[in-house]
Amino acid sequence: MSLLTLDNVTLKFGGLTAVNKLSMTVNEGEVFALVGPNGAGKSTVFNLISRFYTPVEGKITFDGKDLLKLAPDEVPSLGIARTFQNIELFDQATVLDNLLVGRHRHRKTTLVEQMLHLPSVRREEREHREAVEEVIDFLDLQPYRNKRIAGLPYGVRKVVEMGRALASKPRLLLLDEPASGLSVEETQNMRWWIDDIRRQMGITVLMVEHDMGLVSKVCDRVLALADGAKLAEGTPQEVQNHPAVIEAYLGTGDAA
Amino acid sequence: MRIHFKTSYDHDIRLFQDGWQAFLYAALLALMIALPWLIDDFFLGEATNVLIWSTCGLGLMLLTGQTGQASLGHSAFMAMGCYACVLLMEAGLPFILAFPLGGIITGLIGALIAIPALKLHGVYLAIATLALAILTDDLIVMLEPWTGGVAGKFAPPIYVFGIEINRWSNPTAWYYMALVVVLVVTLFYRNLLRAPMGRAFAAVRDSEISAQAMGVNIARTKTIAFGISAGITGLGGALMGLFAEVFNNETFTFILSIQLLMMIVVGGLGFIHGAFLGAIVIAFLPQVLSIATDSLGSTVAIPGLETGVFGLIMILFILFEPMGLYGRWLKIRTFLELFPFARKDMFRRQKSYLKTERLR
Repeated sequence: MSLLTLDNVTLKFGGLTAVNKLSMTVNEGEVFALVGPNGAGKSTVFNLISRFYTPVEGKITFDGKDLLKLAPDEVPSLGIARTFQNIELFDQATVLDNLLVGRHRHRKTTLVEQMLHLPSVRREEREHREAVEEVIDFLDLQPYRNKRIAGLPYGVRKVVEMGRALASKPRLLLLDEPASGLSVEETQNMRWWIDDIRRQMGITVLMVEHDMGLVSKVCDRVLALADGAKLAEGTPQEVQNHPAVIEAYLGTGDAA
Repeated sequence: MRIHFKTSYDHDIRLFQDGWQAFLYAALLALMIALPWLIDDFFLGEATNVLIWSTCGLGLMLLTGQTGQASLGHSAFMAMGCYACVLLMEAGLPFILAFPLGGIITGLIGALIAIPALKLHGVYLAIATLALAILTDDLIVMLEPWTGGVAGKFAPPIYVFGIEINRWSNPTAWYYMALVVVLVVTLFYRNLLRAPMGRAFAAVRDSEISAQAMGVNIARTKTIAFGISAGITGLGGALMGLFAEVFNNETFTFILSIQLLMMIVVGGLGFIHGAFLGAIVIAFLPQVLSIATDSLGSTVAIPGLETGVFGLIMILFILFEPMGLYGRWLKIRTFLELFPFARKDMFRRQKSYLKTERLR
């Protein structure tokens, strides 16, 4: 069953066509990867789904609902969470507080209740913490729980950012280059986590990734982009061996 | 160094980490309550002044320290809070109602002003709010029938539950009133910080883009922060006007805004303690300066000395201790707790990895 559908989506920045008539479907429960050379428009697709950009034409639907009718801050309420390519955490806050911001869409108390710290607020806070604690256990973040982000190494920040997205209990998780800048070991961990996110939590994953080793191990389907347009779509092996993809990465065989 | 072995979620939610910390704050509160018996009326007045400044500072701290929006217009909200409170009292409302109502009115006006102003970022927002502060000065003169204009207004006598609170005949009562106000404001502030709204403030401060991606409505959050901040500062302004007993357009000049900003920077941005430490500096610096000039044998006042020293202190803090007095204390405490394992770069500001500004 299709969860996220992009239908003929085009985005232009002035004269530059960043995304060109892209259609794709992400099915519920699968791990889907966007690959392509730098500047192909992969992160732009993410920003379209997050509603930071509005396409000039085309439709984006999530679970049958029109995403284009929503403001960026309303997208998470449908159950879409994301990470960023260049890590966008709340640097001056602790890991715990960062993860708790992920729970923002689940808050029910009003401002006045919060100011007075009524019992309803405390009850809700406990629920938030329980959910966050599960994420901390899942991602082995216990040692960093009360540390401020500003002092943490890159690899840990990457995991915290994924944790923040997971804390919101999404249906669709968008991971923008989850393995970039990670060591071999950390990438290995990331692979298992993505597997578990799909299997144990039942979350659909859409990711942008350059590491084809990781992509071929965790992804069901891959879509290759170049210059904002679809080159090929299929299983990791099919896409890797697709002539158009090889051409986009390496140039044509004839010229060599 | 104390290790907290956490056994329940409440451990992170409650106000104090452990019994020792609760004891320390209880001791501080006891000291504050006992203060009228420990110092004479002059210094009690100064202590009241510190508490009033702290209230105003907490207001600006919520906006600048927590939500990351600089404002040079908070003297306008101090004026609004003061005039609103006094006008309500003159309309026959008892102080105990007029005072919080004045704060709420200021908060609502602040939120209204915030809606257009918060489309601006950083230094542009600071300039826009500075314009507001200067405009307020003129508005007070123009609205003479209500505000008394340049001639000013006398604060009406304050009665709380039938007791007259007058700074000359009853300085202890004044001090306690300011203490209660500051305690209530601090409690509200803390409550916000441990609730979703406080985390949304920090999220907006640190990364608007990912705050949005987590479902935080940026415009709404900023407006709420501005409103609450204006409201708290309004309460402080009302106390300041009432404490001064006479006030006019010049009581709330934009210089106050700059002093407020300096206060929270020197105290430590983003810390509740910072507002209090900054208030102590602001309230006692003029005294220290006059004592210093007296002891140097100078009989004439040196023009601009106070402003100059204030400015110098602010520059020195920004250059050498951006975390303010409270940040310095945290460093010293960490050094002592970890001795001899504290490292020099433990608090060094890490240059953050490339931030996306493209989506601004």
